[in-house]
Amino acid sequence: MEFLSQPLTLLTFFPLLGVLALAFIPGERKNLLRWTALVTTLVTFGLSLWVLSQFKSENPALQLVAQYNWITVAGWNIQYHLGVDGLSILLVLLTAFLTPISILSTWTAVEERVKDFMMFFLLLEVGMMGVFLAQDLFLFYIFWEFTLVPMYFLIGIWGGPRRIYAAVKFFLYTMAGSILMLLAILWLGINVGTFSVPDMIGKVPPGVQILLFLAFTAAFAIKVPMWPLHSWLPDAHVEAPTAGSVILAGVLLKMGTYGFLRFNIPLFPQASVQLAPWLALFATIGIIYGAAVSYAQSDVKKLVAYSSVSHLGFVMLGMFALNEQGIEGAILQMINHGLSTGALFLLIGMIYEQTHTREIKVYGGLWKITPIFGTIMLIASLSSMGLPGLNGFVGEFTILLGAFGSQAIGSPWYAGISAAGVIMAAVYILYMFQKMFLGPTGSIVEEVKHHGHALRDLNWREILTVLPLLIFIFWIGLYPKPFFDLMAPTVKALVAALPLP
Amino acid sequence: METHGFAFLAPWLVFAPVVGLLINIIFGGWFMKQPWGERAIGAIAATASGAAFVVSALLAYTVFAGHGELARWTLGQWIYIGDLKLDWTFRLDSLSTTMMLVVSGVGTLIHIYAIGYMHEDVRFKNDIPRYQRFFVFLNLFIAAMMILVSGDSYMMLFVGWEGVGLCSFLLIGFWYDMDTLGRSSWANSNAAKKAFIANRVGDFGFLIAGFLMFWRLGSFQFDQVFAAAPTLAASDHTTIILITLFMLIGVAGKSAQIPLYVWLPDAMAGPTPVSALIHAATMVTAGVYLVTRSAPLYTLVPEAQYIVAMTGAVTALFAATIAVGQYDIKKVLAYSTISQLGFMVAAVGMGAYVAGMFHLITHAFFKALLFLSAGSIILGLERGHHHLAHGHGHGDHHEEVFDPGDMRNMGGLRKTMPVTFWLYMIGTLALAGIVPFAGFWSKDEILLDANLHYTGVYWILTIAAFLTAFYMGRQIWMVFFGEARHEAAAHAEESPAVMTVPLMVLAVLSVLGGALNLPFEGFHNLTHWLGHTLGEVEVMPLNWVVAGASTALALTAIFLSWWIYGRNPLKAGQPDPLKKPLGLAFTGMENKWFVDEGYWFVIVDRYVDISRFLADKVDWEFWHDWFHEKVIAGTYNWLSNIALNEVADQKGIDAFANFLGKATQWLSGTTRKFQNGFVRSYALSVFLGVVIILGYLLLK
Repeated sequence: MEFLSQPLTLLTFFPLLGVLALAFIPGERKNLLRWTALVTTLVTFGLSLWVLSQFKSENPALQLVAQYNWITVAGWNIQYHLGVDGLSILLVLLTAFLTPISILSTWTAVEERVKDFMMFFLLLEVGMMGVFLAQDLFLFYIFWEFTLVPMYFLIGIWGGPRRIYAAVKFFLYTMAGSILMLLAILWLGINVGTFSVPDMIGKVPPGVQILLFLAFTAAFAIKVPMWPLHSWLPDAHVEAPTAGSVILAGVLLKMGTYGFLRFNIPLFPQASVQLAPWLALFATIGIIYGAAVSYAQSDVKKLVAYSSVSHLGFVMLGMFALNEQGIEGAILQMINHGLSTGALFLLIGMIYEQTHTREIKVYGGLWKITPIFGTIMLIASLSSMGLPGLNGFVGEFTILLGAFGSQAIGSPWYAGISAAGVIMAAVYILYMFQKMFLGPTGSIVEEVKHHGHALRDLNWREILTVLPLLIFIFWIGLYPKPFFDLMAPTVKALVAALPLP
Repeated sequence: METHGFAFLAPWLVFAPVVGLLINIIFGGWFMKQPWGERAIGAIAATASGAAFVVSALLAYTVFAGHGELARWTLGQWIYIGDLKLDWTFRLDSLSTTMMLVVSGVGTLIHIYAIGYMHEDVRFKNDIPRYQRFFVFLNLFIAAMMILVSGDSYMMLFVGWEGVGLCSFLLIGFWYDMDTLGRSSWANSNAAKKAFIANRVGDFGFLIAGFLMFWRLGSFQFDQVFAAAPTLAASDHTTIILITLFMLIGVAGKSAQIPLYVWLPDAMAGPTPVSALIHAATMVTAGVYLVTRSAPLYTLVPEAQYIVAMTGAVTALFAATIAVGQYDIKKVLAYSTISQLGFMVAAVGMGAYVAGMFHLITHAFFKALLFLSAGSIILGLERGHHHLAHGHGHGDHHEEVFDPGDMRNMGGLRKTMPVTFWLYMIGTLALAGIVPFAGFWSKDEILLDANLHYTGVYWILTIAAFLTAFYMGRQIWMVFFGEARHEAAAHAEESPAVMTVPLMVLAVLSVLGGALNLPFEGFHNLTHWLGHTLGEVEVMPLNWVVAGASTALALTAIFLSWWIYGRNPLKAGQPDPLKKPLGLAFTGMENKWFVDEGYWFVIVDRYVDISRFLADKVDWEFWHDWFHEKVIAGTYNWLSNIALNEVADQKGIDAFANFLGKATQWLSGTTRKFQNGFVRSYALSVFLGVVIILGYLLLK
């Protein structure tokens, strides 16, 4: 039972127990299924807190490591190797935090095939945890590809009218990028003689770094998604069920940005420094483009989807500032985006459940009819547009600050132009908030009444679903120190190892 | 360990209003069900604001007792990354405590006034439950404003800076589902959005200034920035100019200067106490405070100072011309505010920081007085109108659209609303700069400084001062004299004591406020007090010529306004007597020189077009539908058709796998170690995986 002494192994695979339990519960006992999944994910969240309690934030290295030889054939050296450090601890916590919230959001939204839904959801959690914890490239790749499968079914079975199309596109698009990464992984494993990430650091010859960097980028940039590889995202978000959108925006996109951070920067430092201006350029275009396109959407979910392109552009910009402010801001912004966009998708899902439409123009004046809903939506919106005092500002500010003075990017123009994205964010977020919550009462209110039940405000379960997100939105905005403390030593070490000009 | 007196109370500047708003959020709903609920909510909010005033007074006393010594109080760390160190630290010096006193003092009076005002407003607008929300937002504003004025670094200031912007948005859009006349509309929420976005443009400038500051001066903390600045100015003058000018963009946004002033007139959509507190007395002066606070930076770069001074002066004149052509009582005051803010910005731009702050304080008194009196007039007309509607027994008084803020509907109000009349007169005389009212002394100090150092600014401001007296005179004649031009004005009723008593306090301050800094030996109190923070400031002796000239001009302007508007009072339906003689110029003034239309055409419409083009044409039709669907998916389908047609023939798949293998070999550069077969079978298995899933979907 060595497993029990390994927090990370337990954390990663615990949801499988839930899957097993679900398998024995009859499909028509929907509430039991829901409760089983919720309890499983809550215990998983508890386990992640246990991991946090064991985590020494002053130590920059990998911790709580579990490492075994796994496949050693023909000179290949593939290991089962899990570990956590300052780069991943917050993402692990975010994953464990958002999963039960997502499940709670499906309570009345998912009525069809509840059993399958919950099983896929728990499997997805295993995959996501594995991605953030794996320290062996091969193992990472398996988890990485594995997450596609449950998400594919979540969109394909429980999604909107064009769900099959969106699911296939999501699957193929991400898979296409992953193949290049796989080739790069194999090249590395063969030529460096190990698949272990920490062992590989410093051993990749500068001459091949650019090509390898680009091969990894193919996979990660699609996942982020970086402009112009974002075309799958609006489809996936619009068609995905609410819980799927929350996890997609909250966690799955972060797998891409995390990939850059965990692999591209430490393994290919020369290439990272050399290519930083290019990534900053694409990030800047993404920020401006995403914000502009977002404003012209008539479907509220699409609006939020494109806003993700803009927000993730900020994350990429900060990361390739390659200084402490930029990278720490980028990591925090990954969490922030999970919280604020997660909250936005949850809230949109809650109103969608009642109105069955996402057309912005049929709404209007909702704040008067549903005051609690309106107020929470306002807070989530302000968090998303980076109002100081809330979480989004801390991330965006540190990112822009880092990018402005970045040696690697080498010019303040990228950050200067990206800062205009802050104005544009106000434009599309306030547009959304105004058209849905302010102004005269929209036509949907009558329409819903016509179908026999008036539009109601959030109920207790719904408030409970978003409340944890709100707490962190304020906490990170006012006192982000504990969060920065967790990542600071690792980021410091990462930056120190870079061959900056 | 030296003592810091009451410095430990500093966080309560923010906590007190936050406690107030939390109580009103949590219990407000229950309060509203009680007969005494509205009063309780108002009292809690006013008490919270009053507590902040008491704390401000204690903190000012602490600074005073310490002979102007700077004190700090740190609540905790905020953002610490590498060299970036930001704390929640409150800064207590003569400048910040002065601002605190103005904000919480005027703020508390306006809270009290609003108890009466909102009681009636929510009834005229038929939405009583919204009463609670108003006081929550008002308390939130006090909290944010306190962060702004008490922060010890540019970034903490910025938290308050955007926080007050949010409150401004929430309160301009307080009646978010209607227009200013109470009709169902997008108008008020549009005004709110416009204010937030225009302010964000300013905030963009602020942020860029901040980034430059951090990377070139090494800090955001005021003293550290100021200490490092002279060295940098010696080696790299341009950077300091850039910092100060980017900061000016922020100032233009928040303090409504050219070119970002356009949001302030629309902000009058907010309830009148909001116009008085946020859009006249406190928030809009934040830019003036920012420049004053940054005096050590601006002093280093005279070029930037000149640009700031000219921005202020030109704004002062430009806005004053528009004010002459307005008919809405609040719009006149709004443009007047922009104009007066121009005076302040010009003052601090010229380096006359004390004069700028002096005018900020007196303006807070008399402009709050004017706005609140205007609110009293508007409610008086509403009451008259209401009375009429019910008196005639029609029941439905919504049939006629009546604008209680339109001066063309007023006239003769000095008889029906005598208290408000006298209060408004005091505010007007103070604003027009008639001796000995407060505005005379502060405006004179600005003109004095301009006369000495910047002749161009002096002349522009003098013309603006002339126009100020003129448009205020015009307003007085139109509103209070002559005969009522609408039945509602004839039946207007005076406001209750809860509204008029705070006005009387402000009126007293508007009369005596000048005593803060009289230009006589031994009376330069404000100069000495602020000197603790700003360093030794030049003491201005009274210049009889400047003072005499400005008084004479103001009196001439008032006489002229009487000649035009007072001698032959306006009749109902009669056009403005200036319309004919001024012709096109008056059309320009009436229509705010078409600046809004210009912005709409040049910026807003273009932005909408571009974003539609990007979204519909580029992102969807080209990138999503054509490139991905036609080119990529199409090619894939074509290839898979070939594969399916030749299913028995392994050539297609083998060729694909071999291609991948070759590509990898080329990538790896080492053919020796390479396990060709593995990649091949993997590629095949990935492909089969897709086929299986597709099959599942097809058969499902």
